[in-house]
Amino acid sequence: MTRSSDDRSFRIGTGAFAALVLLIVAGIAFELTRQSTLSITKFGLKFWTTKVWDPVSGDFGALPFIWGTLYSSILALLVATPIALGIAIFISELSPRMLRQPLAYLTELLAAIPSIVYGLWGIFVLVPIVRKVEIAMGAKPALGVGMLAAALILAVMVIPFTSSVAREILKNVPTTQREAAYALGATRWEAIKVAIGFGRTGIIGAVMLGFGRALGETMAVTMVIGNSPQISASLFKPQYTMAAVIANEFTEAADELYLHALIEIGLLLFIITVGVNLLSRLLIWSTKRRAVTTVIAPVVAEVAA
Amino acid sequence: MKLKTFAVLLSIALAACQSNESKTPTAAAPMTINGAGATFPYPIYSKWFDEYQKAHPDVRINYQSIGSGGGIKQLTAQTVFFGASDGPMTDAQLKAAPGAVLHFPTVLGGVVPVYNVTGVTQPLRFTGAVLADIYLGKITKWNDAAIVAVNPGVKLPADDIAVVHRSDGSGTTYIFCDFLSKVSADYKSKVGVATSVNWPAGVGAKGNEGVSGLVRQTPGAIGYVELIYALQNKMTYGSVQNKAGQFVTASLDSVTAAATGAAIPDDFRVSITNADGAAAYPIASFTWLLLYEHPKDAARGKAMVDFLKWALTDGQKFAPLLGYAPLPQPVVAKEMQALGKIQ
Repeated sequence: MTRSSDDRSFRIGTGAFAALVLLIVAGIAFELTRQSTLSITKFGLKFWTTKVWDPVSGDFGALPFIWGTLYSSILALLVATPIALGIAIFISELSPRMLRQPLAYLTELLAAIPSIVYGLWGIFVLVPIVRKVEIAMGAKPALGVGMLAAALILAVMVIPFTSSVAREILKNVPTTQREAAYALGATRWEAIKVAIGFGRTGIIGAVMLGFGRALGETMAVTMVIGNSPQISASLFKPQYTMAAVIANEFTEAADELYLHALIEIGLLLFIITVGVNLLSRLLIWSTKRRAVTTVIAPVVAEVAA
Repeated sequence: MKLKTFAVLLSIALAACQSNESKTPTAAAPMTINGAGATFPYPIYSKWFDEYQKAHPDVRINYQSIGSGGGIKQLTAQTVFFGASDGPMTDAQLKAAPGAVLHFPTVLGGVVPVYNVTGVTQPLRFTGAVLADIYLGKITKWNDAAIVAVNPGVKLPADDIAVVHRSDGSGTTYIFCDFLSKVSADYKSKVGVATSVNWPAGVGAKGNEGVSGLVRQTPGAIGYVELIYALQNKMTYGSVQNKAGQFVTASLDSVTAAATGAAIPDDFRVSITNADGAAAYPIASFTWLLLYEHPKDAARGKAMVDFLKWALTDGQKFAPLLGYAPLPQPVVAKEMQALGKIQ
């Protein structure tokens, strides 16, 4: 056989695998829609906007679950992002060489812990601490389980993902970038800023990866969030997420409409995840275009001044 | 070249799979019967199937504890030979099945209220109305007049009640709501009976262990767990007033008494919560094995009938050892008769 035919078969082979991914995603979307037709036809768009979830009377609305999922994930992101980026910057830029490997290894270890273990840790360690905080703040009744506990546990779970990816991004920033900054008389902090600016798109990708992880997390969240479908901005109120309600109620849902409603929640989660990913692509795309002019130029100007 | 090697390897692998497949069903292998359903009776069922296979090596019964809802679904789809459920099938579910389905009670379980009230050491007493109002969110303080009235001599604090219920769909929730709906019209109309309901109050925790864990940690909390779970973990739980007006503490005897007091219909689809009888514990229920009246496979059908005959008689002695309440004699006699219908 000739070299070019080898090339061709390799291209076809890898192309087939890439097509497989598309097929799987399309298959998931199709199957989720097909298995939730009863609920889609009965509730229509109302499913997105109503608040009642009553398996007894067969009345289903997903709004509290959508709210709980987005709220807990965004809160988790707010807590996790600064910490994760701090870890990444420290490991890649500031840490003594000896500490680098152990630190990187330890943060990655966090990602290897099963979520049920996080959940148990949440119940036995985190929730009592949150309850003490609630009692101190006069919340009634002080339950401990609720939005705050869920957001905190999610933050811990998200940190290793965001920080590992961000670390790799920073590691891959060409040394010439930093050297150029130093050559212009930049301080260490300013040189790091240049490196971050250079890796900006990748870092946003790292944060969005963490967000995706938080959206879909099930077991640890259901163990500490309180599983009560209500919409509240309060950090102490028990709430519910989409993944949690599916995990909780799927096994015992014998009624057709009930089952279809649960699968439609899966469909919503799928749509929202796809939406979030699209949004992050857009964000990356737009920052890519601005990166050079808006990030590096001001630093250079500052240094020059 | 590489592609060719890959193709050869693939065909070898495929051939290997095929030859494996053709080996499995041989005449000497034991008859396998598959079932699926409720998680609550899983420990006793696996004990039974294990013991039964020791005595009858030619029959092997597999059971997957995937939940009552899943059991009914798989039985209806005929992907399993028998199902198991903590709640009887509804009329609509029976209609959806491709053949007549029979219910056979196997053992009994109870549900008990557990709580964590600061400064209270003696067991508390509850009425159905009090429990219903707590779970409706109408009674919110431990020193509410309704609770104080049934607990004379107990010093109850003015703490808030933190209501805890199951978050996962569960037969335990079904039995608990079934009892509360019988004693409170308000509860029946606002909440109703199902494995998951729209709770007006409280937080949800996953599984018996989740509920008991949260109750233990949270001052002022109340929850409900399976009797078997409370016994195994040596938890204190409250007594509940039964239909005869007695406050009964749940035990294997008082749960069996509930099945004795109830009138059992011919199809065994009966709720025995709030049963008659002075000794009957009011939050009790059967758990059922589900079989087709005319099984597709006669040999397997006969094997299941033989198994059930053993489980309902000799097998019952394993029940108390594992924390389940055994069936009362009249129910067993009635089931033995019903087993004759299967052919």
